[in-house]
Amino acid sequence: MAGVEGRPILFASMDKLANWARANSLWPAQFGLACCAIEMMATAGSRFDLSRFGAEVMRASPRQADVMIVAGRVSQKMAPVVRQLYDQMPEPKWVISMGACASVGGVFNNYAIVQGVDRVVPVDIYVPGCPPTPEGLIEGVMKLQQKIMQGGRPVAPAMQAAQGEAQA
Amino acid sequence: MAETELGKVDPETGLKPMVINLGPQHPSTHGVLRVRLALDGEQIRGCEPVIGYLHTGIEKNCEDLTFNQAITLTDRMDYLSPITNNFGYVLAVENLLGVEVPKRCQYIRVLFAELSRIASHLVWLGTSAMDMGAMSPFFYCLQQRELILDLIESAAGTRMNPSYFRVGGLLNDLPPNFVERLKKFLDGFPAWIKEYDRLLAQNPIWLERLKGTGVITLEQALDYGWTGPALRASGIDRDLRKWNPYSSYEEFEFDVPTAKEGDVYARYTMRMREMEESLKIIRQAMDNLPEGNWHVDNWKIYPPNKADIGRNMEALIYHFKLFTEGIRVPAGETYAAVEGPKGEIGFYIVSDGSGKPYRVRVRGPSFYNLQALPVLVQDRMLADVVAAIGSIDIVLGEVDR
Repeated sequence: MAGVEGRPILFASMDKLANWARANSLWPAQFGLACCAIEMMATAGSRFDLSRFGAEVMRASPRQADVMIVAGRVSQKMAPVVRQLYDQMPEPKWVISMGACASVGGVFNNYAIVQGVDRVVPVDIYVPGCPPTPEGLIEGVMKLQQKIMQGGRPVAPAMQAAQGEAQA
Repeated sequence: MAETELGKVDPETGLKPMVINLGPQHPSTHGVLRVRLALDGEQIRGCEPVIGYLHTGIEKNCEDLTFNQAITLTDRMDYLSPITNNFGYVLAVENLLGVEVPKRCQYIRVLFAELSRIASHLVWLGTSAMDMGAMSPFFYCLQQRELILDLIESAAGTRMNPSYFRVGGLLNDLPPNFVERLKKFLDGFPAWIKEYDRLLAQNPIWLERLKGTGVITLEQALDYGWTGPALRASGIDRDLRKWNPYSSYEEFEFDVPTAKEGDVYARYTMRMREMEESLKIIRQAMDNLPEGNWHVDNWKIYPPNKADIGRNMEALIYHFKLFTEGIRVPAGETYAAVEGPKGEIGFYIVSDGSGKPYRVRVRGPSFYNLQALPVLVQDRMLADVVAAIGSIDIVLGEVDR
């Protein structure tokens, strides 16, 4: 982005501007499944305060949300519901898979639990932990913001440096 | 979904009620509960909770893990107070083994069980107030809950799901400085209970919505197998800590608050007063904490400490056997229950003499409390369903297991 001296005008490509806005006002769907949902609540709560990252507007309806935090184990019975909620969210949308259960089934390798929510919906960010600490979830949200700003997958810092050199 | 009684035409009026779904994704169903409601205008003519959206197969999974490993799964049932689940489970296994843990361990267990009771009630208070439209109590409650989680983290290493209680003892002794930090929390917290009460109990909207809502009589509550603060709000002082003391609860002085009304407001006051009683217990446990060993001195049950393993051949062998085969629990069956924040949480365990449980059956209080939901909301307004669900304090992880 570039500014014009003395004038309140900013020049930027439309994509960058849109991504910048999207990344800094994520609206998660208020929707928890299991233990991780309690940590998600704690993240939104007073000590960790997710609103510092612009992602505290938990919406009860998926139609008003653009990021889905799958917080907890997804059972076989819940999987179609998760998919339906995902389909109801307007584009562009992102998914954070919070915790071991949502990511890979966690300790529950059995008949009841879907072994990773990525079998049902596309996942952008995996947050490890059982449950992840609020700091972990915040890190996930920040990684998602990076990803959105770049308009794609976040690249490792080393790769970024290499790309920068190549461009220069 | 099979057609049930809910959508049937009323023979008197000839009208068909409208059937709607509340959940499974609904901000106020405290997890993934789905409730089918038959509505006549805004009045509820029928109600049918549909559960199983969080069925995890925990009971079945326990059969595949050794007795100590299975503790980690019990954490993940009632995840608002995981320590209570650990408590019931280890008591049941210790029953089968026929061992009693030393006094210090019993007191520490009581201390943590009461701490997590307060933590659980705080989440309940915050979320059910949010259901009623009051946002601030949520932040106030979580702030204090974080302090409790800090205490748990310092002892067990994790904030939630600590698996702190082990068969025959604990994961660790209390960390240094624990008592001082606990004291700091205990000094500050009573003022916060007053603050919560001030925020809510003098709020006309809160009173209007809670008083006289979701009434259940004592007889109905007992018929449905209700336990815990929800039952005590209907007029009986059934509390396992008094009625069937375990882990030295008989040595503590505390009251069991009861109420007669059996409505949502009575259940709210029960939990508020229970937090105060829990504080009393924690104070006593802290002041009278016995010195001595905090686990049983039996290498067949509790692993030898790390220093011994390096020096002592026998210790090494026991350690290896314990972690490969698990504790050999004599064949038999037992039931042990503790008074959790939501009611009686019981474990029925069958052992076939091997290192793994043959069957673990859990009596989750939320499951029994939830099934009376139709009684609570019959012929009431739709908005009261939310208040009723909040007041019985269910955790779906425990309902579905």
